[in-house]
Amino acid sequence: MQHADPWTTLGPTLAPLAQMAGAGDGTGLGVLAAVVFWVAAVVSVLAGAAVFHVDSMARATYALALSFVAVGLAVLTLQQGYVGVVIVLMMVMEMAVMAVYMVMFMGMNPALMPMSMVHGKWAALGAAGATFVLLAAGALLVPWPERRSGPPPDLTRALGEALMGSHMLVMVAVSPVMVATIVGGVLLSSHRTRYDRLGDDLDRRPADDPQPGGVGR
Amino acid sequence: MSESETLSPAWTLGVAAALLLLAVATAGTRAAAVARRDGRRTLAGAADPLREAARLLRQRPRRTVAADLPLWRIASSALLPVALCMAALVPIGGRTLVPDGLGVVWFNALDVSLWAFFWLLGWGANASFGLAGAYRFLALGLAYELPLMFALVAPAVAAGSLDPATIGGAQGLWYVVWMPVAFLGYCVGVLGFTLWGPLRAPAGDDIATGVLAELSGVDRLLVAAGRYALLVAGGAFAVPLFLGGTDGPWLPGVAWLVVKAAAVVALLVLVGERLSVLRPDKALEAGWVVLLPLVVLQDLVVAVAAVTGSS
Repeated sequence: MQHADPWTTLGPTLAPLAQMAGAGDGTGLGVLAAVVFWVAAVVSVLAGAAVFHVDSMARATYALALSFVAVGLAVLTLQQGYVGVVIVLMMVMEMAVMAVYMVMFMGMNPALMPMSMVHGKWAALGAAGATFVLLAAGALLVPWPERRSGPPPDLTRALGEALMGSHMLVMVAVSPVMVATIVGGVLLSSHRTRYDRLGDDLDRRPADDPQPGGVGR
Repeated sequence: MSESETLSPAWTLGVAAALLLLAVATAGTRAAAVARRDGRRTLAGAADPLREAARLLRQRPRRTVAADLPLWRIASSALLPVALCMAALVPIGGRTLVPDGLGVVWFNALDVSLWAFFWLLGWGANASFGLAGAYRFLALGLAYELPLMFALVAPAVAAGSLDPATIGGAQGLWYVVWMPVAFLGYCVGVLGFTLWGPLRAPAGDDIATGVLAELSGVDRLLVAAGRYALLVAGGAFAVPLFLGGTDGPWLPGVAWLVVKAAAVVALLVLVGERLSVLRPDKALEAGWVVLLPLVVLQDLVVAVAAVTGSS
């Protein structure tokens, strides 16, 4: 008879999740990783909820940043080191920039004018609840495949190859198209063209910019 | 992913103590230089930072109206821990405290977290000068961060690893010799996330020291100590990346680490003090039109050398 893993006593639902979090795969870090995973998971949900509870743009933005950092830490415990660190890196940077835009467009003076972070409350609650039920039902009802062998030595590489392996050419081809789309979109949405900057014959130097740059183009 | 050997967790205390000592030494040396310039006794000047620390510890905290205290406190107390985490990534004799082989990415994530903390430092005070400093920091951050990221790529590509211990051990010829532009990008980044030298505009005198303006008491002490500690941590992390790691003749690895880190910090402070402040509105173009292409070109050279096996 197989010895009972402490995590299986948590019930049949939690056991696969605990296994996901690294418990019982013989790495020796199992229980610690599982504890960190669950703490990070709870923090990420609570911080995500705080986004709608707090009354200032800065607090909402950085509550969201905290939520993402917790997700990054949870991913770390799944032995996805690189993916976890990159989530932390990108999300903190993104939130730092997003805070600027949120404050800019909401026109809120710093900390002086508390404002609600929700609008269309009941419709939003309904949509969020329905999405949660759908996703949770999917996670619980889908017949997940049994693991047939142990985890590969380098999970990040395995994940990257599973995601990208046969699509590398497509990805490589798509990325310049995406960059071109971004540049094109910015150009089309800009109300000033190079003729505004450089004159009708494109010979005005330095350019006539509302905000002069640092290298005097 | 190559994993280096682990240092015993007890080294954390040693790293923290060394970081603080070097930060105090940096502050003392700089204060001594200032005292000498002003015609005061050099030795008396060297003790200025300690006197200031004692004064701040006794100072009654001064608050602004409707300050966002939690965010402000989080920001002011976060700089020292971030510096300690950065210092913990520095390998000593090929072994590190954090053996996940991703030290370079961790360093990048930590320096990006300073975007959040310096912005919050200015925002939390709910005062004009602080806010102006906070936005200046983000403007400079956009300018220095991408060159810094691509500068971190160069040593990682050359050594074929994201592990500082592996990178430090892979250098026959120090990387600073054949990656001078990457080293420059790295140094600019360190000056940026410590608000130092030409990138000190967020704490500039023209806006009454900006993000630092409303700080008082222990908060002010923590931020001041944090900036010096970040400077030291940035200097120390340059050792495995560009300066051949902890290897050196005669002395043990730890001593070489301290000597090389101190040299980088001295370089940053001395050069930084001699450059005029870069205007934040001019910095983005300088960073992206001049520095970034140069650093990417450096990466190309390094990548070609790595592929052809001549590194």
